Amino acid sequence: MATVEVTFTPLPAHVRTARLVATAVARRSGVAETLLDEVRLAVGEACSRAVEAHRRYCPAEPVRIELTDLGGRFEVVVTDAAPPEAGPDASGFAPAMDTAAVSATNGGPAPFHPVPAETRDGAFPAAFGLAVISGLADDVQVSSTESGLSVRMSWPASPTAG
Amino acid sequence: MKPLQLEPISAGGDCCVLRIAGEIDVYTAPELRECVIQLIGSGTRYLIADLRRVDFLDSTGLGALVGSLKRLRTRDGSLTLVISAGRIQEIFRITGLDRAFALHPSVPDAMNTDQHWHEAIASEGLSAGEWCRKHGLL
Repeated sequence: MATVEVTFTPLPAHVRTARLVATAVARRSGVAETLLDEVRLAVGEACSRAVEAHRRYCPAEPVRIELTDLGGRFEVVVTDAAPPEAGPDASGFAPAMDTAAVSATNGGPAPFHPVPAETRDGAFPAAFGLAVISGLADDVQVSSTESGLSVRMSWPASPTAG
Repeated sequence: MKPLQLEPISAGGDCCVLRIAGEIDVYTAPELRECVIQLIGSGTRYLIADLRRVDFLDSTGLGALVGSLKRLRTRDGSLTLVISAGRIQEIFRITGLDRAFALHPSVPDAMNTDQHWHEAIASEGLSAGEWCRKHGLL
């Protein structure tokens, strides 16, 4: 069971709330202060991607975040409810990189070289956000589930802290 | 506090410093985008975005900045960024956008690399440092 679960309506304003909650729980779980900015940014990126997917495909469905203290790792899972065709790039544009390229487990950031083109409404393709996440968390897994896309990321935490 | 504060400070007819404070994210990036579009519409071609008081910037914000750069370049203009060392600089490094933008540590430093800014400031009889001090940009 997750330490904290949050569901929110897919509105950009709520992404900020999600970031604040994630940062607070990370601090409580013993994530080092020097990593909290990374947690904040990575969770924001994952939630922004999910919000965009929901607004496009299922605006009535909430976005879900699970924050778990695993006793040595702080894990965040952001799950959307968008249909499989939404994929990692929910903006509908060609993804800058595929799902496999943003999976990096304790091996450092996934390779990332090209700067994707801005989309018509001024935003980057959503996969760009996933690429940013891969540069921030040392453990990132992106997977498609029956209910939608799941972005799982974790950071080291001190089990004695908090 | 308002999530995003945008304060344009013009010099000459086509130069402008946009002082930005707060968070640039999926919620506020459209506001930044619209502000730059309005500045371009009112004649700005050479824009310096002062990001030193921005305490959060995500990929949506980066998208707005890249979009602004493209809009200005298509009008033979420029977008120069002023950022402090730290988390904002790190996001530019992670994404590789530190190679796409001209990044400077201070507004006078950004002005001194651009001939258009030199001329705009000189028309007011000031040096870059004096102009920035006058407008609270040091």
